[in-house]
Amino acid sequence: MANAAPAVTAVEMGARQREISVSEFFTKNRHLLGFDNPRKALLTCVKEAVDNALDASEEAGILPDILVKLEVVPEGNATSSASQATRFRITVTDNGPGIVKQQIPRIFAKLLYGSKFHRLRMSRGQQGIGISAAGMYGQLTTGKPVKIISRTSARTAAHYFEVQIDTKKNEPRILESKQGEWAQPRGTQVTLEVEGRYQKGRASVDEYLEQTIIANPHVQLTYVTPEEETKIYSRTHTELPPQPKEIKPHPYGIEFGMFLKMLHDTKSHSLVGFLASDFCRVSPAVAQEMCKAAKLLPAVRPHALHGHPAEMLYKTIQTTKIMAPPTNCLAPIGEQAILSGLYQQIKGEFYTAVSRPPAVYRGNPFIIEAGLAYGNRPEGGTAEPKPAAQPLAEGEVRQEDEDSELARVIRYANRVPLLYQQSACSTFKAVLDTKWKNYGIAQSRGALPSGPMVIFVHMASVWVPFTSESKEAIADYDEIRKEITLALRECGRRLGIFLRRRERAEGEYRRRNIFELYIEEVAEACNRLKDGKLKVEKLKAQLQKIAKSRTGGQKTDETLGKAGSGPEGLPHSIIVTPEGVEGEGAVGARVPVPTKPAPGAQAELFEEKSGRGQPEKKSAKTPAIAQAKKRKK
Amino acid sequence: MAKAKTNGAVAKKLIGLADVVIDAANRSKDPTLAIPIRALSNVSFNPRKGLIELGAKKQARAFFNVGMAKKFMQTILVADALSELQRSDLTTSLREIYYRTKHTIKDSHENTFDTQDESDPVIEDLEVSLAALREELHVRAENGGSVVGPLVLEDDGDRVDCAKLGKGGYSVPSIVEPGYVDIRRCTADFVLLVEKGTQWNRLSEDKFWKRYNCVLLTGNGQPPRGVRRLARRLHEEYTLPVYVLVDNDPWGYYIYSVVKQGSINLAFESQRMAIPKAKFVGLSSADPERYGLPRNVGIKLNEKDVTRAKELLNYEWFKKPAWQTEIKRMISSGLKYELDALANKDFQYLTKKYLPKKLTEKDWLD
Repeated sequence: MANAAPAVTAVEMGARQREISVSEFFTKNRHLLGFDNPRKALLTCVKEAVDNALDASEEAGILPDILVKLEVVPEGNATSSASQATRFRITVTDNGPGIVKQQIPRIFAKLLYGSKFHRLRMSRGQQGIGISAAGMYGQLTTGKPVKIISRTSARTAAHYFEVQIDTKKNEPRILESKQGEWAQPRGTQVTLEVEGRYQKGRASVDEYLEQTIIANPHVQLTYVTPEEETKIYSRTHTELPPQPKEIKPHPYGIEFGMFLKMLHDTKSHSLVGFLASDFCRVSPAVAQEMCKAAKLLPAVRPHALHGHPAEMLYKTIQTTKIMAPPTNCLAPIGEQAILSGLYQQIKGEFYTAVSRPPAVYRGNPFIIEAGLAYGNRPEGGTAEPKPAAQPLAEGEVRQEDEDSELARVIRYANRVPLLYQQSACSTFKAVLDTKWKNYGIAQSRGALPSGPMVIFVHMASVWVPFTSESKEAIADYDEIRKEITLALRECGRRLGIFLRRRERAEGEYRRRNIFELYIEEVAEACNRLKDGKLKVEKLKAQLQKIAKSRTGGQKTDETLGKAGSGPEGLPHSIIVTPEGVEGEGAVGARVPVPTKPAPGAQAELFEEKSGRGQPEKKSAKTPAIAQAKKRKK
Repeated sequence: MAKAKTNGAVAKKLIGLADVVIDAANRSKDPTLAIPIRALSNVSFNPRKGLIELGAKKQARAFFNVGMAKKFMQTILVADALSELQRSDLTTSLREIYYRTKHTIKDSHENTFDTQDESDPVIEDLEVSLAALREELHVRAENGGSVVGPLVLEDDGDRVDCAKLGKGGYSVPSIVEPGYVDIRRCTADFVLLVEKGTQWNRLSEDKFWKRYNCVLLTGNGQPPRGVRRLARRLHEEYTLPVYVLVDNDPWGYYIYSVVKQGSINLAFESQRMAIPKAKFVGLSSADPERYGLPRNVGIKLNEKDVTRAKELLNYEWFKKPAWQTEIKRMISSGLKYELDALANKDFQYLTKKYLPKKLTEKDWLD
């Protein structure tokens, strides 16, 4: 002790201790909010702005029409290319309800300020950090303020603001504020200037927007890339998602600390009143019961409840049987919309979607939705003929066009795509856990299933449990995992049926086909054995007749497209064939249907069947499948 | 070129296959061939004759069955090729048959045969189901063996004196039936069949056959049909005892058993190939101790060796107590020995000490 550096006294230490503002904290810990690196930061900024725009429009009952524009900011005199640039201007414009003048600075330049944190209602944003954090990031890296134009109706003027955060006080600093004209009658436009990096591919802005459109087919989106290319994603679903209702907390989902705070903050004067009015699914009768079980007087003042009795009450509540929370606070995307989104954005042969009934974790209601897009739909809807293959030499293997790519998982929480930390996400774990082999899909141990497949998983909840503030992965609650697994299984089951039917039909076709090939060989060999004295054609005809009667002949071609309500009896599914699209009619109509009839023998079959009064569309379709498959082999 | 033994019966049997197809077609039936099963499940050991015999189990090979259609087609194609050999009176190899029958099927990318592994079993199938010998089908195997000793043969009209062929000897053709190869004279006292060419070379170089008046044969591993058939003919026609010298490992034991009672795969040929009275002279698992071979020239049995040895223990023809002891001793020692290991004591140990002692002491297994 004697030789040690002079010790610091408690007084000195005390003098150093001071408050840390949230803004300061996040300045230092910006990775917690998704600003770890320039590429991710650019994405996070776009994402926050778009999420806000969509939330606002939907809440106001307006079909969203969004413009996202990324521009390269020239540094010095030189303008660098999009992939080289380090500074970007992000502009997101919506046709939402606009923001009242007084709120604008705080929404965009005060952390943890917003309408979404204090209520239990499904929305994209949850905490009120997002857009102001993006603004702060911009301020930190470029020194530029956030610029906002907002207008609430055509009759009022537009407001223009330039704001920054005072990081010490976590308060907005208004640099510019004026009224003026704006081309749009209503809406909000946010402009951020940030340091970033634009790179296409996985977890890029482009991917984020594409995935957003899949889960939000009711959105009309225009995207101007830094390369000055304009991509327009048209609205494919004209119904606005139903307005989710706001709910009160469910007693099961509450933590003790929160419970204490609610006890303290309540406006009720009695315990029974507090329980019955501040929670959902607690009737006065149930509240009475709880008080009795916790040995507390129903009339006791909630403010007076502390320590042990409060804890007792809390524990009692957790063991009381209470109805599950209402689910009208949730707005699932819906099977039809998922199908529509998948179909428009992903090329495939088979699509299906499943919405699970609502379930509850920790008192929070949630809904899991899953979807699948499978297969390689050739461009333009028709299969191009393959070049004739050369005969194989010994040891050579014909290259099957089936590559061993792994399935892609696209994850959503409250309609927002999750692009990072895939392997930490409950959805991803559920995909790995699902035994895809049961559905005819290859899967190595502990890996994603392989095949041309996109797996869509969406969790809608009043409170999505993310593993971090940057909202990248859904926490792995048993209840959530179970629901995801069930949804995936249902999708897998439908895919399995689809694949098996395809294979069976293909197998039958191949069977008859190989027999036809082998009959040639066998008959010719028999003729040679018989010294060329055989009536070969007669033998061939006889054998072909036997082959046909043995393999079900024409019946093969009819095994498809016969049963059930949906396409091939599969609910909420779309099947795409070279001949057209089946299922969920509205969607199917958008695809050009080639009119060229199937040639040769297939055409004959077609005639025969229509003669028997079969529905024409289906019978026309099936031979073509077989034909397409044949080309593939 | 040896005049291929023309056999009208075989040619007729081959043509008969075409009739199976034609008849079935006329009656609107699925053309089907009955092929005897060549597997352990369909062989039995006849202790009286000392032979492995093929059972009666047959497998139906139907044309209009997805799993068998290709095999059926291949069978008919091979039959056609074999019939062509009959007509043109030529002999050929398995590989040539493969090339002869291989082509791409019209209007497809499919080959009739992809590898020789597909055509070889079809030929064996035909041998069994037509009850025709391979040489009757005019198919040769590889020339895989050598012989030296006091033996005079006639091959293609040439006189071959196996005592005057240096240390290389005469290469045993795959077909040694009378008419192809005739035995003119043999003055030997016994036949010694050696597994390995290296040890056969040692014995040949040391002129072992001269001192002990024997015919030295080798098949370079699993003896091919020609070698087995030649040993059998010498055994039968000249009543020579046959002794087998192999490595001390499960594969050596099996080679001995194939020479003695026939193989599982070719059980149908046991009748004319097997030599039930053949004796196993070595290497026995008792030899390392008896001849003082140090442990360090042994090789550790690997997993496959042990599994194979345990399989042998269950074969009917290895049930004799002496054989059970022999095999179990090898398993418990955990070691196998090559014939070559005898060189550890002396280069000529095999010629000068080991074999003479074995033969004088009649130290062999039956």
